[in-house]
Order: sequence, then C-alpha cells, then structure tokens
Amino acid sequence: MRKFAQLIKTLDSTNKTNIKVAALTEYFNMADDHDKVWTIAILSHRRPPRPVNTTLLRQWASELANIPLWLFEESYHIVGDLAETIALVVPSTSSSTDKSLTQFLEEMIILKKKSDQDKKSYLYQNWKALDYYERFVFTKLITGGFRIGVSQKLMTRALAKSTQIDEDILAYKLMGNWDPSTISFQKLILEENESDFLSKPYPFYLAYALEGEVENLGDVSKWSVEHKWDGIRCQVILRNNEIFVWSRGEELVTDKYPEFESLIDVIPNGTVIDGEILPFPKGEIGTFNDLQKRIGRKTVSRTLLKKIPVVLKAYDLLEWKGKDIREKPFMERRRLLEQLYHKSFNTTNPDMANISDRLPLYISETMHFDTWEALTEERELSREKHSEGLMLKRKDSPYLVGRKKGDWWKWKVDPLTIDAVLTYAMRGHGRRSNLFTDYTFALWNESEDGEKELVTFAKAYSGLTDAEFRKVDNWIKKNTLERFGPVRSVTPHHVFEIAFEGIAPSKRHKSGVATRFPRILRWRQDKSIHEANTLDDLKALII
Amino acid sequence: MYLSNAMEKPLLEFTEKGIYCAKAKVYIDPWKPVDNAIISHGHADHSRWGHKHYITHHSNVPIIKHRLGDITVAGKEWGESFTVNNVKFSLHPAGHIIGSSQIRVEHKGNVWVFTGDYKTENDGVCVSYEPVECHTFITECTFGLPAFKWTPQREVFENINQWWYENKSEGKTSVLFGYSLGKAQRLLKHLDTDIGRIYTHGAVENMTEVLRPLVDFPKTVRITKETKKQELIGNIVIAPPSAHGSTWIRKMVPYVTAAASGWMTFRGARRRRAIDKGFVLSDHCDWQGLLDCIRSTGAEKIICTHGYTEIFSRYLREQGYDARTEETQYEGESSELNTPDGEDIKIR
Repeated sequence: MRKFAQLIKTLDSTNKTNIKVAALTEYFNMADDHDKVWTIAILSHRRPPRPVNTTLLRQWASELANIPLWLFEESYHIVGDLAETIALVVPSTSSSTDKSLTQFLEEMIILKKKSDQDKKSYLYQNWKALDYYERFVFTKLITGGFRIGVSQKLMTRALAKSTQIDEDILAYKLMGNWDPSTISFQKLILEENESDFLSKPYPFYLAYALEGEVENLGDVSKWSVEHKWDGIRCQVILRNNEIFVWSRGEELVTDKYPEFESLIDVIPNGTVIDGEILPFPKGEIGTFNDLQKRIGRKTVSRTLLKKIPVVLKAYDLLEWKGKDIREKPFMERRRLLEQLYHKSFNTTNPDMANISDRLPLYISETMHFDTWEALTEERELSREKHSEGLMLKRKDSPYLVGRKKGDWWKWKVDPLTIDAVLTYAMRGHGRRSNLFTDYTFALWNESEDGEKELVTFAKAYSGLTDAEFRKVDNWIKKNTLERFGPVRSVTPHHVFEIAFEGIAPSKRHKSGVATRFPRILRWRQDKSIHEANTLDDLKALII
Repeated sequence: MYLSNAMEKPLLEFTEKGIYCAKAKVYIDPWKPVDNAIISHGHADHSRWGHKHYITHHSNVPIIKHRLGDITVAGKEWGESFTVNNVKFSLHPAGHIIGSSQIRVEHKGNVWVFTGDYKTENDGVCVSYEPVECHTFITECTFGLPAFKWTPQREVFENINQWWYENKSEGKTSVLFGYSLGKAQRLLKHLDTDIGRIYTHGAVENMTEVLRPLVDFPKTVRITKETKKQELIGNIVIAPPSAHGSTWIRKMVPYVTAAASGWMTFRGARRRRAIDKGFVLSDHCDWQGLLDCIRSTGAEKIICTHGYTEIFSRYLREQGYDARTEETQYEGESSELNTPDGEDIKIR
C-alpha cells in the first residue's frame, strides 16, 4: 500500500505525461503481481463495489474529526473531493502501514457484507493508523475512482514498457469482463488465451476534431463521409450464439438494450460491428434527450421500450467470420458491412413493410463528394438530420486503436448560441474550489401578467479563461444577493454568450427546454442585461 | 464583562470606506481615501494609497513608504497607547509579516481588537502574535475550515531544502514562489545556503532591501538582464507568484517550480496552477489556531471579516459565541497565484 500511495502521489503531483509513464513503469517493474492486477483494475475503473455508503462515511468522519456534520459538508463542498476532505479533517498521524494493496482491497470486499458497527471500527482503525496521503488513498479506494490525469491509455503504455508486450495487444487484453480478485497477472497480461476473448470488444478508434480548413485534407475523392450520429457509440459482438453490446465507456450494456437480441438470429457468429445506439421514437431518429431516458435504466419497462425503442446505426465492421479485419482498408470493411446488412434483411423480412417488425439495424450511409464545397453544404444539413456534423474517413484507413490523428476526423456543426444573464453562482469543485465558477444562466420571459422576468435555462462551468473566472468570481463575491448553502444569487448584470450542441423540449426543466453541453463561449461585457435573449428566441432554435 | 449601552453606537462600525471609529474620527485599514488611517500591515488590501495621515507600527513605516511613496506617517511601538478624543488606541504584534499589528481600541472600558491578518507560529522573521484580551474581536478567517492544519515550519523547511537539494542534483534551477512582502523573506530566511545561492526577482529584492535593516537575512543575488542562465542552475530563485508563466521565468530553463501557501493543502490548488510542487506554508492561522486565539482573547463577540466567514461564524455561534460576519474588501492569502496579494499590486 505504501508503494501504491507513493505512486498515486507521484502521478497526482505532476502534469507531465512522461513523468507519469515513468512512475507507472517503475511501479509495474517492482510491485507484487497481485498488487499490479489491482492497480490495473483501479486505473481502468474496475474497483470493487463501494463497501460503505457515503452518507455513513461523512457521518463517521465528522464524528472522528469532532466537528458537526454541516461543517463537514461545507468543507467537502470547498475541498471538492470526499476522500480528500476526510483525510484532511480527521486527526493526523505520521504512522504508516505494511499491509499490501491487495490485502486492503480484499478487506474492503469482505467489509461490504459486514455490519455498520464493524465497518465503522474498520474505518476508524485505518484512519487513525495511516499518514495523510495513505489515508487519502485508502479512503479513495472506498469512495471511488482516482481522477489523477491517468487515462487507461497512459497506464497501458507504461504496462507495455514494463512487460515488453505490444500496447494494442494489452489494450485488447484489458477490455471486457475480468475480475481482479480472482485473475492472476500471468493470466490477465502474460498468457495468450483465446477462449477468454468471447465477449471482448476491440479498443475503439476515435477521431480528433478537424483542425484548420477542410480543404487542407487534400484530395476530396480519397475521403468517405458520414453523418456523425449523436447517441452511444458501441460495439455489437456476435460470437458463439451470444450477443454482447459494449459502450465506448467499456461498459457491457447488453441488458439495457434488449432490442438487439433479435440480431442473434440473422447475424452470423464471429461478427463485430462498430456503430451508434440511437433513439428511434415514432419510427425516426430522435434526440439525445430521448436516449437519456433509456441510458440510466438497467431494466427497461415495456412501455418505455415501445415509446423510445433504440436502433443500431452501423458504421464499421471489425470482425468478420471470426477474423479480425481491422487492418483491411475502410472501403473494404464497409463493403463487407453492407453485404452483411442486405443479407440480414433478406433472411427475415424481405419487404420491410412493417416497421415494428423491422430489425433494429440501420447502416450509416457513406457519401462521396466531388468537391469540398459540396461536402461543406452537406454539413449544413446536419442539424436537420439530427446529426452532430460529419465524420471524414480516409477510404484506405485501417481501424486504429484509441484517438489518433490523420485518417479519421470529426467535423461538427458550429454550436447554437444565445446571450443569457448570469443569475446564480456556485463554488467550483476540486481544482476550482475557491472560486465561483459554476454558473446558472437565465433568459427573459414575459409572465402571464405581462411582467418581464428572468427564467433559468442552463448551467455552465467552462469556457472562460482563468483570468476571466477570477474577475467574475471577484464580482460575484461583491454582488451577492442571497446565499443558499453553497449557491449565491447575484445581481443580474452580466451577459454571457452560451453555446450548446443540441436543444429539445423538456418537461423537467423550468424553461421547458433542455440544452446539450451548454458552455460559456464569451463574456459579453459589451451587452446590458436588456440585450440578452428571450426564452422564445431559444425555443425558436428547436427544429 | 463590559455591558454596552443599547442606545450607544458600536465603538467600531463597518462603513463603505472601511472600519470606522466615529468617536475618534479614525479609520482602520480603510479601502477608500480618508483623513486618519491606522494601518495593521503593509499588504496592499490593508494599506491603501491616498489617506492624509497614516499611523502604523514603526517597522511597517519603511514598508508602506516603499510601497506608497511620500506619505505622512507616524510610527508607534508595540503597546504604546495614543488617545484620540478619549478613545485609546494601541498596536500589538500579529505575527503575520514584519510590522503587522493587531489594533486595540478602548473606550470607557469597552475593548475591541482588530486582528488584520495574523498567525500563531513564530516564523523567525517577525515578532510573534500575542493574544490581547478584549470584548469584541474582529478576526480574519482566511483558513477558517477544519481542513486546514499547518505542520510546524521546521518540517516544511526541511522539505523545501530537500526539494532544492534534489533539483540541484538533477541539474535544475529551483523556482519558489512567495509574495514579495512577507512570504518571500520568510522563505529566504530559512533556506539552507549550504546547498547553493539564493537569487531574487526584482520585486522580492527591492522589498528585502527595505527590510534588511530590521532583520538579518542571508545574502541574495538580484536577477538582472546580465544574469546568465548557466549560473542559476542548482541554485534557488525566489519570485512573486505573478512571475509564474511570464517570459521572465523562461530564462531559468531547466527549472522546477514550487509554491508555498496555505492553499497548497488542496491537491487541486497546485495542479490548477501547473506548479510542480506545493508546500503548505501560510502566514495566516489554521483552523485550530483561529479557535485558540479567539479563546485566549476572552472575547464574547466575534466579527469575521474575510475568508470563510459564514461557515466560521456559524461554527462559533454553535460554540456559544456571539459571532457575525461583516463584508470588507480584505483578501487574505490570495488563492490565485496570479492575483496580486497586495504587495504585487503596482504602486501608483
């Protein structure tokens, strides 16, 4: 545990990637095999289920710190991280532990089933016995993931350096379902083991946003173009008469989308499709807002299934007849995908007349343009088509691993924007915990009695420079109207241009409108609040 | 215990110009120009430009003269009392930076103390904080949260010197950020000059020169246009936080940066500023320090001016104090590196 805590401390105290990789590599070189497996698990978001709920953690930590619970909560709000808050407020010691990381995690797994009294004494015993940083790491293992700027990719790179195994192969080995408490380092990393690969997806190939002018990509005829659909990127795997659906977040979501079970009968074994899960209410592509109603649900009711069915929009074919075909050129993979697509309909429902019987499988149409101008015009149609913009893929590109530049680019439509008034502010979290950086914005609306009022429509906390945040923070502190716990209402005075990706009607929002990815584009110091937009202006943006 | 007459105005009021004693027509650390100002210490949020008469501790006189230029200022000793219209004033050590005072105000047995900024630990540079008994205690609470606990400065400096030593062995220049008035002198006072030479940014050097007659500091070398990059390697540079990210600092490559501040308690604070290392070292009280000081004054009424005022005063009320918050324009230890905390504000 001491080594692991030291590793986390090193990772957390540098912004430099090469130092992080070096620290991880060194750790993988010297750590015990089982500690390595747990470290890989933790850094790839596979920690064991939380053994103690946070309500109890907060309560017990404030008791041990001898402070009232509200004061603990206020401190938590300012520190921004529960484990860090606990490690800071409980009495400090300078002692340390000899127990291994694996021992701690095994104890935590058992702890989950124990009584509250046992849990409390376990926590007290460790909080009292560990120094500040170990205490923080220990608590972090209980509460959640480490957000220390170490991506799975970075961890894999270090692991590759330490084991001399190819990075892409490691990425593949680390995907899917494996249990850190039973699997050995030998089996997970070192052994070659084909039978484990049944449910395994391939690492996703991700595109960077287009930089500069699209013409700079050269010869337009070398590029295949698709719309960029706004759903959940996924891989659908058919192997051994089973179907597995993986989201890009490496979550197995097969049970959430029972629609896809019907694919088992028509798609042959040994097939992996890369695609997008899209909501399909009323027989056409819906908005992300529709999909949101499905995302959180583990079990889906029949009514919801009927109201918001989902479909798979297929982009690419990664495995065909049991063979990894990612090395083949994009156009070749597409040809096979289209073949598969047409064939699957021929075997079931040749006339495709009845939509409700139709397979939930669609293909993302590829387009080919003679000029960049024509391509640019197509992009303008994106919003109407409920897409986020265009995807540009080189016709001869292989399917790579992770985010890579060069062969694939995403070219999103420009965001929608509106000028809104700052009305509430909240302290930021974590690294911004001493500044008011989380803002609520409002638009003008005429109430029933003809009064003009400001109606909240979105929250945003990114888009300003640090210097601007400091200025706004300073202004907020001097222009607070009321305080509601961590939130302050401020004098309506400042106008900000807010950008967002999508917009949809919503019953859950006071304004009646939900916006997607709202963020601050600019501080409009040139505008007075009376020049801000109205709610009707916003509603007019809904297609 | 002093019983105040309900009809009477409070001895000190919070006005739009600053804290005001109406009976003596004197302001304490005012933020707008006034005739008579008693000044707690030299940081710019407490000692502003444009007052007609300044009164402050004599060791603060050269500091504010350096910062504010030609002003009319009277220097006082610790505990030396002076009376204006039956109100008795005196200054007492606050331990924040050189020349920093608490301001004691007494009228007809009613005693108020204004802390300015203060800390409990003896920092080896300025005169230590001394508790002053009073009825009403006006306190800062920059770090008024139980998350803040300082470690003894001896340990902190061991770590700072160790860090310097390690950077030196890697052939790098150490750049340590601290405000040019207060923190910078505290840092250079305790650096281990056996490791190497101490270089200073101009703002730090200017202020240190002003203070050399008052305190014995190790030798420092001002960085000028003539300073060679090569000669800096392995040595340490003390610079104000505003130098971080400036073109001035690029001269130091290869360098490693660190900041010394109470805010370095938070993991995120260091990372946000893209600084390599953070040392928790503050010239303000930590949570326990604030509570201990308040207890030792015997005060029943507490007024919190800057910092986590709402939270801290609520806690005090639960502990049985009559505590409240007043808005001021004091900033405490700025949480932002590039925000000038007083001394780095440009001199008008």
